Amino acid sequence: MARMRRAGAGIALATTIALLAACSSGGDTPSGDGTTAGGGNKGEAVTLQWWHNSNTGDGKVYYDKVADDFEAANPGVTIEVNAMQHEDMVDKLAAAMQSGDMPDIYMERGGGELADHVAAGLTKDLSEGAADTIAKLGGTVSGFQVDGKTYALPFSIGVVGFWYNKALFAEAGIDNPPTTWDEMYDAIDKLKAKGIAPISVGAGDGWPAAHYWYYFALRQCKQDVLVDAVGSLDFSDPCFVRAGESLQELLDAQPFNDGFLSTVAQKGATSASGLLATGKVAIELQGHWEPGVMQGITDEIGEAGIGENLAWFAFPAVTGGEGDPAAQLGGGDAWAVSEKAPDAAVDFAAYLLSDEIQKGFAELDMGLPTNSSASKYVSDAALASLLEVRDASPFVQLYFDTAFGPAIGDAMNAKIVDLFAGKASPQDIVDATQAAADLEK
Amino acid sequence: MADEATARLGVTASPATSTPTVPVAGRASARPAAGRPGGRRGNGASIRKGLEITLFVAPALALLTLFVAVPIARAVQISFFKWKGYGDFEKFVGLDNYRRVLENTEFIEAFQHNMIIVVASIAIQLPLGLAIALLLNRKMRFQGTIRTLIFVPYVISEVIAGVIWYQMFVPNEGLIDTVLDKVGLSGPQQGFLGTLETALPALVVVLTWKYLGLAVILFLAGLQGVPEELYEAAQLDGASWWQIQRRITVPMLGPTLRTWAFLSMIGSLQLFDMVWVLTRGGPANATSTMATFLVQQGMQRSNFGIAAAASVILFVVALVMALTYQRFIMNRDNTVTVVRRKKVRR
Repeated sequence: MARMRRAGAGIALATTIALLAACSSGGDTPSGDGTTAGGGNKGEAVTLQWWHNSNTGDGKVYYDKVADDFEAANPGVTIEVNAMQHEDMVDKLAAAMQSGDMPDIYMERGGGELADHVAAGLTKDLSEGAADTIAKLGGTVSGFQVDGKTYALPFSIGVVGFWYNKALFAEAGIDNPPTTWDEMYDAIDKLKAKGIAPISVGAGDGWPAAHYWYYFALRQCKQDVLVDAVGSLDFSDPCFVRAGESLQELLDAQPFNDGFLSTVAQKGATSASGLLATGKVAIELQGHWEPGVMQGITDEIGEAGIGENLAWFAFPAVTGGEGDPAAQLGGGDAWAVSEKAPDAAVDFAAYLLSDEIQKGFAELDMGLPTNSSASKYVSDAALASLLEVRDASPFVQLYFDTAFGPAIGDAMNAKIVDLFAGKASPQDIVDATQAAADLEK
Repeated sequence: MADEATARLGVTASPATSTPTVPVAGRASARPAAGRPGGRRGNGASIRKGLEITLFVAPALALLTLFVAVPIARAVQISFFKWKGYGDFEKFVGLDNYRRVLENTEFIEAFQHNMIIVVASIAIQLPLGLAIALLLNRKMRFQGTIRTLIFVPYVISEVIAGVIWYQMFVPNEGLIDTVLDKVGLSGPQQGFLGTLETALPALVVVLTWKYLGLAVILFLAGLQGVPEELYEAAQLDGASWWQIQRRITVPMLGPTLRTWAFLSMIGSLQLFDMVWVLTRGGPANATSTMATFLVQQGMQRSNFGIAAAASVILFVVALVMALTYQRFIMNRDNTVTVVRRKKVRR
């Protein structure tokens, strides 16, 4: 029996929506004076609203300075910086989008979410306004394009790969990190023989488990098939089923931590990241944020953590796969400009991607810079090796759940977890994804 | 939706808590007729009365409209559209969202889990709570301490209790596996919360732990109202302890039991927090409920139209079950009152 509740979750949901609507129309963030509908020629006085999530420490100081410098170089432009905690920013942004009263420069994560914003007429096409910057960023902008037009400038992009414990690898007699799945299975056997749980995965949260399927799809499918799927929402190519079969093969080897189905990704010592951080498992598939996440966990429980033993290797090649073994799965954050923002906002977004600004961004470990000239300023060794792989990759596939948008992505993730639980087949994943996609057409 | 239920409860709870003192039909003379507001009043008085009621009820009614009626209406409105959480309501889909929810195997599973939890809660907590209440109803040492201990889980916030139990369920290192290990047993490899077959039973165990205290306290309160003379008389007649409980205690406790079961049922239908903290409806939807389904559809998949349709369906299910229960089960308690009234009038 559950607690008697004053309002059911349904009402709570509806109330939230209603309140969001009410708050946002209240408008505590006027989007500046004289900054309406594409106007604002250069030299004219404009005020820009900039929302970001570097709300603490050096990052906040740095971004304040960036805004000041831009104001100094562009007389007449005033930038109102609004630095928020990440979740707050996401919530406020959702409200702002609902009311149409948006900040001029804000963060996008690309994929289906961005496509929805574009379809709703909220986000400005930067293809011409920031053409030089887009050319310099190269392939990384692909996740932020809709119908060939670029709507946001990625400033931090990372890739997913295997983080591992060098000491445990040495203990199990594994000399080099695996580059093929045969070597990977060999490593798994060696670790298990030593009584070490090979890999942790936070399948309780869905997406960490889903990353395995995404990666197998990336190795099994040609780049064209994946790129086309985002537009056509067609998953009929047999490579998608083969991705599930590869994953099934991995599951049959039983490499994961006990209780992986109820393990969460990043919270506490018993989470997937916590298990790697405390030396309980040897490997975890995660994104570029992993060192920071593990640091947070070990600080919290007061342990030394994995430290110098942390290293990184890319998702191994799959024998017979049609995908490029150098292609990587990843994603990141980008600066977007709202449809109604003045031209100066586009200039500012491009300025944020300049060599100079990205250099400072990299030096402060605020993310993984997308401007290749700044790559060398990333100091952390494991992160630097990840950057090398990212920069050498012909193609970075945006996380599928982001690329296809939450409606398809979450349905896909749920079915992938079902496969982890032994409750679905490789074909079921494709069928469920296609069914969710058909509803979006 | 629950407000409807709580409002109704306000009505039904009073006979329920007072009836233990109200003897069964035959001995109704215990209460005089004087206090009964049966007499007719003058017209002027009735108008004044009406004004008074309006005046006092208006603020509550306004709040109720703003925070209950409007959101419900809004949810119903959203349920007719395909809506992603921003932009105008453009894509009117009629009843399509309802069809999609009702055809969705995830929703059907969630509905089944709700029903299992409703039945399991009542089937487990009723006998267990009754047994504990009967034991605690005698004079004994540490009575207050034991009562408090049993009630403590109910007082702990559902989220905190969930986090504690999550940690206890962690495979190998959690308390439960450690204890099992000490006595030479072992839990499932995936842990109780990570195994398809054990996740829902494990959830029911936690819910029983959490809510047994409420049942016990309510039953104890009901027991306080059973007149001592009845027991004395029964004992004089040579009735056994078992007979006394069966013939006197349980029937006298009837209204309390029925009210508790009603609360339990409505709560089980709306179950969300504990599931979300322990399993998020997983593994593979093994513990999903209608509430986790609609949060997942709305918040995680941005299918607000579907989520709204699911919430309306949840509302209707809860309402129908509540009304049915009132009509066929709680009704008995009202009948007793009616019988009493008639006797009193004569």
